Amino acid sequence: MLRTDNVRRMSDGQQESPPAAVIGVVAESSPGENRVAATPATVRQLVDLGYVVAVEPGAGEKASFTDEAYAEAGAVIAPAADVWRSGVVFKVNAPSTDEIDRLADGATLISIISPALNPDLVEALAQRPITVLAMDAVPRISRAQSMDVLSSMANIAGYRAVIEAAHVFGRFFTGQITAAGKVPPAKVLVAGVGVAGLAAIGTANSMGAIVRATDPRAEVADQVASLGGEYLAVDVETEQSTDGYAKATSEDYDRRAAEIYSEQAADVDIIITTALIPGRAAPVLITAADVASMKAGSVIVDMAASNGGNVEGSVAGEAIVTDNGVTIIGYTDLAGRLPTQASQLYGTNLVNLMKLLTPGKDGQLVLDLDDVVQRTITVVRDRETLWPPPPVQVSAAPAAAPVEKPEPKPEKQPMSATRKLTLIGIGVLALFLVNAYAPEPLPEHFTVLVLAIVIGYYVIGKVHHALHTPLMSVTNAISGIIVVGAMQQVAVDDGAIRTLSFIAILLASINVFGGFAVTRRMLSMFSKG
Amino acid sequence: MTSQSVATAAYLVAALLFILSLAGLSKHESSRQGVLYGIVGMAIALVATFIVVADVSDGLGVVLLLTAVAIGAAIGLWRARVVEMTGMPELIALLHSFVGLAAVLVGWNGHLEDNQLTGSLEDIHNAEVFVGVFIGAVTFTGSIVAFLKLSARIKSAPLMLPGKNYLNIGALVAFAALTIWFVITPNLALLIAVTVVALALGWHLVASIGGGDMPVVVSMLNSYSGWAAAASGFLLDNNALIVTGALVGSSGAYLSYIMCQAMNRSFISVIAGGFGMEASVADDTDYGDYREINAADTAELLKNASSVIITPGYGMAVAQAQYPVADLVKKLRERDIEVRFGIHPVAGRLPGHMNVLLAEAKVPYDIALEMDEINDDFDGTSVVLVIGANDTVNPAATEDPSSPIAGMPVLRVWEADSVVVFKRSMAAGYAGVQNPLFFRDNAQMLFGDAKERVEDILKEL
Repeated sequence: MLRTDNVRRMSDGQQESPPAAVIGVVAESSPGENRVAATPATVRQLVDLGYVVAVEPGAGEKASFTDEAYAEAGAVIAPAADVWRSGVVFKVNAPSTDEIDRLADGATLISIISPALNPDLVEALAQRPITVLAMDAVPRISRAQSMDVLSSMANIAGYRAVIEAAHVFGRFFTGQITAAGKVPPAKVLVAGVGVAGLAAIGTANSMGAIVRATDPRAEVADQVASLGGEYLAVDVETEQSTDGYAKATSEDYDRRAAEIYSEQAADVDIIITTALIPGRAAPVLITAADVASMKAGSVIVDMAASNGGNVEGSVAGEAIVTDNGVTIIGYTDLAGRLPTQASQLYGTNLVNLMKLLTPGKDGQLVLDLDDVVQRTITVVRDRETLWPPPPVQVSAAPAAAPVEKPEPKPEKQPMSATRKLTLIGIGVLALFLVNAYAPEPLPEHFTVLVLAIVIGYYVIGKVHHALHTPLMSVTNAISGIIVVGAMQQVAVDDGAIRTLSFIAILLASINVFGGFAVTRRMLSMFSKG
Repeated sequence: MTSQSVATAAYLVAALLFILSLAGLSKHESSRQGVLYGIVGMAIALVATFIVVADVSDGLGVVLLLTAVAIGAAIGLWRARVVEMTGMPELIALLHSFVGLAAVLVGWNGHLEDNQLTGSLEDIHNAEVFVGVFIGAVTFTGSIVAFLKLSARIKSAPLMLPGKNYLNIGALVAFAALTIWFVITPNLALLIAVTVVALALGWHLVASIGGGDMPVVVSMLNSYSGWAAAASGFLLDNNALIVTGALVGSSGAYLSYIMCQAMNRSFISVIAGGFGMEASVADDTDYGDYREINAADTAELLKNASSVIITPGYGMAVAQAQYPVADLVKKLRERDIEVRFGIHPVAGRLPGHMNVLLAEAKVPYDIALEMDEINDDFDGTSVVLVIGANDTVNPAATEDPSSPIAGMPVLRVWEADSVVVFKRSMAAGYAGVQNPLFFRDNAQMLFGDAKERVEDILKEL
């Protein structure tokens, strides 16, 4: 391990104990990889978090970041072997077997791992007493968005896919009418509307092409429209995803989708496929027959080529030309083809992760496995494989919620016939007894009361919901009928009674007149459109 | 033909007209006619009573009667003219209290009056006095509390006295005991006692119900005021009062029942009072982040929408936003965007409150739909504007069984493509429950006064 005390000497820092961890930024070894895991800008942020940053000489060269720029930002340029033995190692791609051995015991490796696709790699990593955090496993929850490498890289890749296609395509994207003749606009089909798909739609649209898009998730239609594309709906019921990614879909859907792809292949000039299902081989969307039906000079960019490809005949990492003159681009390093931008975004994702992992801003990396984000990205810890993590529900798609009918309440259940009859029987019997035994005028009153209750119940039964307020104010006015009682009492020649009934008449009159007047006022407002 | 028999016949006609009035009010088309029936019925009843009183009373009685009616009419018409439609719930609650108080006074008079009854009839009369006073007093204080809560003069949080159910039951037992006592030995002290008990019970019943449940409370008090009138009818041997009171009482009770179903609450616990929410909802669940949107972006969203549903709540009433909302509806409809309103049965503080406000702003009533009519249409709607509503659009009601509002039917706004929530702050709604809707990916918050925000959107359009 690169000793902190060495670094302290080198960086002239004034760390307090415990010594700050060292973040080592190593150069990428994979052929064709131009990115780097930190840029001078992100180094500065890491230093602010209290870390010491050591950069392998020439690590950022291919991404146009010089060693001097890193040093200026506060990094230490250290020999590769020392950098590899840092407490924390930043990398873009998953390490090779040799590279795993170069890590120090107890070190933390942060890079893209693709643990679901590389079980062997995970096993190899678990042989070492190290902690491995997979940047591509960040859950799709709002809080973790700032660390989502897949999104940031897909954005770049989607843009680059269009650029690559345009580079090969022999025509303008935009339609033009020139002195030299009329140029029709290019038609672009984007399959899969994730981040990459959306970036591709936006880019192709801004270049003037006609853009169409397909995706199993109908809810992306608006996002497509917002970037100027046209969403081609596959009118088959599908599951809604709960984890923010598209899911493998039903057979019906596949059949209908295949038809759409065949129709589109014959029509469009450029197809960009972005369909990746996490942890699985990419689905084949464009068959060899579809490719054969395309016009000569058409271009297909298969962004899923590294996972088997969405296009039959695509070759990962290569651009091939079919017999009928269709170019199929299967580059797997589309994001890496914009190394400066990609490094900057990837580096920022890492900084955001380090902010989460450095609660004290003191250069001490603290991994809290109770935190859902940290738990999800932790692939290996101290020879223990923690992959796969427990599922995270993010409900990126709304209302995957069970639309359960509220349980019918017990009292709402229709009463059993006998019980109902019994109740009615008791009521009728009570009324009968009162009428039979009570002295006049009570029986008459009860009869009137019961009949009026029944009428009130039925009269109100079908009232329109919008009329509840007018209804209430009118019944309120009507219940002012009590004024009649008070009026009878005012006739009694007694001071106290007269006073009380005077007040009662006054109050009830307010009710009667106010209630009717306000109801009329309300009703005069209701008008039909 | 005596004046008394004329009055009896007139009361029958009046009662019939009241029934027609209520029936007419169940539909828009016949509603104005319904009010007319009610007014005519009331006029007939008043004139008939006046003739009887003029027949038997001295001059002073007639003068007092006319003066009281004149003053009452003047006050009533004045209030009806100046009341803001947003202040409707308070006005109606206050009017209920008048009926309650009038019933108490009539009951007291019934005792003070020398009725020349003997034997069992006298006992019955005494019991009727007590029943009338009791119901009237409960209605009176209950309505006063509802009025105070609705007009925000007292805190709307439910009052949680220890053993509140025992207090209620105790009051009822005391009422029964006092009634028996009073029947045996009638005296004024007992009448005062029962009045005090009933006043306290009415106060406690409504005080222990939270402000969010006020629509049901107001409707329930409406029913109580009807029963108070019916009880007075028994006392005064007057069928017009019994019929009318029972009509109002049963229709009000049924209306409350409909609303209880809409809120998924037990009707019995409403009648018994104190069905308020458990007030302590201290949860620190991490709902994630909410996103803000500004008026310009909302306008953009609306321009690109094909269909829009607006779900208003009490916040719209508070902000007086119904006029700009109506303008917004007009503008959107001019652009051939389908605009409808989704009205929750308990939106606002009074049943049908939102409809009245929208009608005031000249929104056609046929685009204001009930929850059940519109709930299946949210799926496929481009934009939902939630204006000042909170608990009525809370997904926790359907998704979180532990939520205090679990099981309450709500407007499923979250099924729309995007939801814009107009809100003053992130504070919880009336039920005191956090709303996970705000943190959904398709929901965005537009903070500020609803009226101003809607006006901003109008400018952008």
